[in-house]
Amino acid sequence: MPLIAYLTLAALVFAIGLFGVLTRRNAVGILLGIELMLNAVNINLVAFARFHADLAGMIFTLFTIAITVAEVAVGLAIVIVIFRVRRTVEADHLDLLRG
Amino acid sequence: MRVGSPFVALLVLALPFVAFLLLALVRPLRRSAPAAATVSIAAIWTAVLAAFWLSWRARPRGLLQSPSTTWAWIPADGGPMATVGVMVDDKSMTMCMLVTFVSLMVQVYSWAYLHDEPRTALGRYYAYHSLFAFSMLGLVLSPTFLQMYVFWELVGLCSYLLIGFWYDRPSAARAAVKAFWITKLGDLGFVAGIVMLWTTAGTFDFWELFRMASLNTLPLQGLPLVMFLIYLGAVGKSAQFPLHVWLPDAMEGPTPVSALIHAATMVTAGVFMVTRAFPLFVLVPDVLTLIAWVGAFTALLAATMACVESDIKRVLAYSTISQLGYMMAAAGAGAPDAAFGHLVAHGIFKALLFLGAGVVIHVFHTNDVFRMGGLRGLPLLWAPFLIATLALAGVPPLPGFFTKEAILAGVLEAHLLVPFLMLALTAFLTAFYMFRVVFLAFFVRGLGEPHAHHRVPELMSGVCWALATLSVGTGLQLARVTLAGSRHGEAWLPLASLALAGGGIVLAWAMYQRGALDPARVAAALAPLDWMARRRYGLDVLFAGLYRGVLLVLSRVVGWTDRYVVDGVLNVLSAWTLRAGDRLRRLQSGLPQDYVYGVALGALLLFVLAQWRLW
Repeated sequence: MPLIAYLTLAALVFAIGLFGVLTRRNAVGILLGIELMLNAVNINLVAFARFHADLAGMIFTLFTIAITVAEVAVGLAIVIVIFRVRRTVEADHLDLLRG
Repeated sequence: MRVGSPFVALLVLALPFVAFLLLALVRPLRRSAPAAATVSIAAIWTAVLAAFWLSWRARPRGLLQSPSTTWAWIPADGGPMATVGVMVDDKSMTMCMLVTFVSLMVQVYSWAYLHDEPRTALGRYYAYHSLFAFSMLGLVLSPTFLQMYVFWELVGLCSYLLIGFWYDRPSAARAAVKAFWITKLGDLGFVAGIVMLWTTAGTFDFWELFRMASLNTLPLQGLPLVMFLIYLGAVGKSAQFPLHVWLPDAMEGPTPVSALIHAATMVTAGVFMVTRAFPLFVLVPDVLTLIAWVGAFTALLAATMACVESDIKRVLAYSTISQLGYMMAAAGAGAPDAAFGHLVAHGIFKALLFLGAGVVIHVFHTNDVFRMGGLRGLPLLWAPFLIATLALAGVPPLPGFFTKEAILAGVLEAHLLVPFLMLALTAFLTAFYMFRVVFLAFFVRGLGEPHAHHRVPELMSGVCWALATLSVGTGLQLARVTLAGSRHGEAWLPLASLALAGGGIVLAWAMYQRGALDPARVAAALAPLDWMARRRYGLDVLFAGLYRGVLLVLSRVVGWTDRYVVDGVLNVLSAWTLRAGDRLRRLQSGLPQDYVYGVALGALLLFVLAQWRLW
């Protein structure tokens, strides 16, 4: 399969993730969207590594996955704390920074 | 020409300055009147001795040798930009003697005259006096225009301080400010002229400039304007028309201060500067002619105003303006030596006139000559004043006769006929108004009664007698020189000037002593002149009007512009900023997804732009 197919897949996944981030009202849903976007990036990295025969991309992907896991852990922890304090995780209600 | 030792000159300069520093910085010294007076008088007394020693030990010098000793002041590549130092030639040595001597006399006299002043005020008074002497000595010893300008301004400052010595009197405070601003008006021209001269000639140094003038290497392009601007400084300082209006008002200061300002320190600075820079003025005959005309006109104008004045000190002030006009006319006619001679002679007898006037003011407690009189039996009081009056009127063998005659001869030689006639008329008027004062203040029975309990202190009359002796001595010396020297003037001139002086004296005698002529009828006959002179030719009103009409209106306009245009623009800008901030605040919804929208749209826009290479 040509490289463009991988890239198209990655772009699609990224767009779906972005759509989720923008439209989901639930904080957990937003986190899921972010995960999708990150995985789109991973697909890109792996595809380029494969087609350029460069192992660095693969290793970089492993790092990204590890960091993503940590990020989700922190993100979910924050969501739980917000839920305890505000009794909600609806993004529309989290507007304390309104100008 | 002779030169003296620069180090003795520096000593003369340093002594009053040290006295000033001591009085200014050491508080107990300033608060105690006797100590302050002792320090100040001791310093100026030593300075007198040093000044006379300087002149006595002066030695002849070669024509090409500079009398200046200078040190670098503002260093620059290729030689210093400005220098300071002392210029010790005949002129500055004579001026040093005059300034220190008159300062000494005035300071000694002040001790008796101001004895009733608060003790602490006297310390301030003597500190100002020492600074004044220092400033004037620095001015006369200056070897460069720049240094002269520095001391020139110091002299102005000191006269401001001393005229306003009684600063709690509104009239004195106003007179001090008036003196300061009006002389400052001339100083503007002076400093501009100095800088312009420096840009063309490249030096401030008198000796350098004189050498360039004599070698014809001084660029003549624009020189008339430069010299005119420099002359403006002298117009302000030496009270020439139309900037003379500050001098009569300066009478608000204590009488000894007037003596000092009029005789030695302040007003002589202008004439001294013109005579000092005369080799440069010679290059611009048009400016010289202007100086002569303005001088003669000033002399006549001031003399007419003196004839109708009843305040004894103001009469003397107008006579000073008139005599300064004489000196300027002589300088303008190309006779700077005559101007300088009259400057020195005038310094001595004008100091005596003021100090003598101080004596009668002390006796009668008024300045009004019509409220004085009846002192015929006290020759100790009136004799020194009479000697000085005779000297001013120009009666031989007193110094005024010789120096005035030299001026008249110089003006006539320069073929300035109208100024000559004006000056001759002034000579007549001078004798008239001075003897009017003498008769009214001393001889005729006036309206006032002398305060019998107010004896005149010996110190005051002693100083007066010392100055009177010096006046007579100078006159005799001048007579000896004049008789010994070969005369080259017109033979009828001495007789004519003697006749003018005599005529004035006889007229004053007939009007005020003898009563043969009624002053009121004479005034009625000359009604328009009398009316104008009494109103000082409207010049004070004119200046007040200029001040109110131009300066105050201008400052109102400037104030309005500042308040409503400059501030207004800033206020509008800040109001707009506030309102815009208020509007833009709404953008911050606080919702994270809105921000992500913004980022995503921005990124998309960048991609689109990059794709189509739109920039």
